[in-house]
Amino acid sequence: MYNLSIPISDENILQLKVGDSVSLSGVMITGRDTVHKWMIETFIKETRQMEGDDLQVYQAIKRLLNGGALYHCGPIVAGLETGDYRFVAAGPTTSIREEPYQGDIMRHFNLKAVIGKGGMGPKTLTACHEVPGVYLHAIGGAASLIAQSVQRVIDVHKLDFGVPEAMWVIEIKDLPLVVTMDAHNNSIHAEVETRSMVELEKLLAT
Amino acid sequence: MHDLTNAFLELIRLTSTDLPTDVEQSLIEARDRESPGSAAKSALDTVLQNVAMARKNSTPICQDTGTPIFYVQQPEGWSTQALREQIRTAVAEATARTYLRPNAVNAITGLNSGNNLGDNAFPTIHFEEIKGDELIVDLMLKGGGCENVGVQYSLPEGRLGAGRDLEGVRKVVLNAVHQAQGRGCAPGVLGVAIGGDRGSSYYGSKEALFRKMDEPNPDPQLAALEERLTEEANQLGIGPMGFGGETTVLGVKIKGMHRLPASFFVSISYMCWAHRRRRMTVRGSDIQYL
Repeated sequence: MYNLSIPISDENILQLKVGDSVSLSGVMITGRDTVHKWMIETFIKETRQMEGDDLQVYQAIKRLLNGGALYHCGPIVAGLETGDYRFVAAGPTTSIREEPYQGDIMRHFNLKAVIGKGGMGPKTLTACHEVPGVYLHAIGGAASLIAQSVQRVIDVHKLDFGVPEAMWVIEIKDLPLVVTMDAHNNSIHAEVETRSMVELEKLLAT
Repeated sequence: MHDLTNAFLELIRLTSTDLPTDVEQSLIEARDRESPGSAAKSALDTVLQNVAMARKNSTPICQDTGTPIFYVQQPEGWSTQALREQIRTAVAEATARTYLRPNAVNAITGLNSGNNLGDNAFPTIHFEEIKGDELIVDLMLKGGGCENVGVQYSLPEGRLGAGRDLEGVRKVVLNAVHQAQGRGCAPGVLGVAIGGDRGSSYYGSKEALFRKMDEPNPDPQLAALEERLTEEANQLGIGPMGFGGETTVLGVKIKGMHRLPASFFVSISYMCWAHRRRRMTVRGSDIQYL
């Protein structure tokens, strides 16, 4: 078990191997489908003009993402009326939808850890090697339990994206995760997919 | 006929926070089959801890409370318009109380309605008038991750060598499990409909998921196929969360339907391990939650 704190050093990232358990603490942000598309279009490919508070939000998240962690999560949040936010349920969402964007986002922000479920593909694995970074797997559906690791909600950006799609800035303590993609080009997801394909072919032949 | 808004609210709370015991039992058995010290066992331990915590604290098992899908069977005389209004009011209230996440996103504007109320299909409500004096309401909360790995095949499917028979069905179902890997929050439950048109077939695949984990298919031929598919899907070794392991699916539920001569659809709805489904029955003033 590795205890890691955000920001995470290259040295810490490079020692991690697939299968390792990690307990993560520090300040990170959530971000999923709308956020990834917004980041790529507005700041990386610049195919969309900045508007509203885009620049302000960019500057705020840039600091957090540098050496930091991005959690693929659309939480259930209490206190929406008062602004006294509290995470009620906060498991990971399926990461593969961000595969077209993730690698470029990791490079742009020097993002060290992507947290989600279900794993990602070859583009992200390449970025993990280059940045270097890791993909950390949270337990899908364990939402009430994971919410207990969220010590407090510090801020929220782009709440107009909707509660699940906003960027929630949270402080976590001892979030339990498993390294399933490391900085050394190893992916448990690629391995399991290949191995299960061999079994599938055997079953289809019978 | 009385106002059932509060009863619907309780049905939603129970469904979101209290996993049915038959599903929990399947998860316990799956956990016990995984080897000690494995990532698979540890994942299922976490899952079971979470189930217990959600029940105790009355908080959602999973943050993705999905599309609320109601199947209402009403005796003659009940107004479906009134029932729809009561369900919609209860859904909005359940969202305000954080039993549900606001999930209704306008696909054109991208705006989240904030209260889980969208068009007539959000929440989804199916009505069917039945004989007798008991109102039966089934609710399923189906998250997006597992909904995304659902798939529909049109047989014959040449690439898989799947013809228009149960052997062909077996092949496409196994392919679907492989395609899904751990992304639908394995170990899941497969709802499979054979036949129908594209729409009714998917609808049937969700209906199939209401059958209890330990309740066998009444058709012995389909019961045998369900058992074989469960065993073979688990031979794929994808395991909990896709970490590799003994249990990839907890069970398979098949529903046979009628089809057009030209069509042979096999529709697969993948339900994540957080198989949230509950039934409420109403007879006079007596309300039961099952």
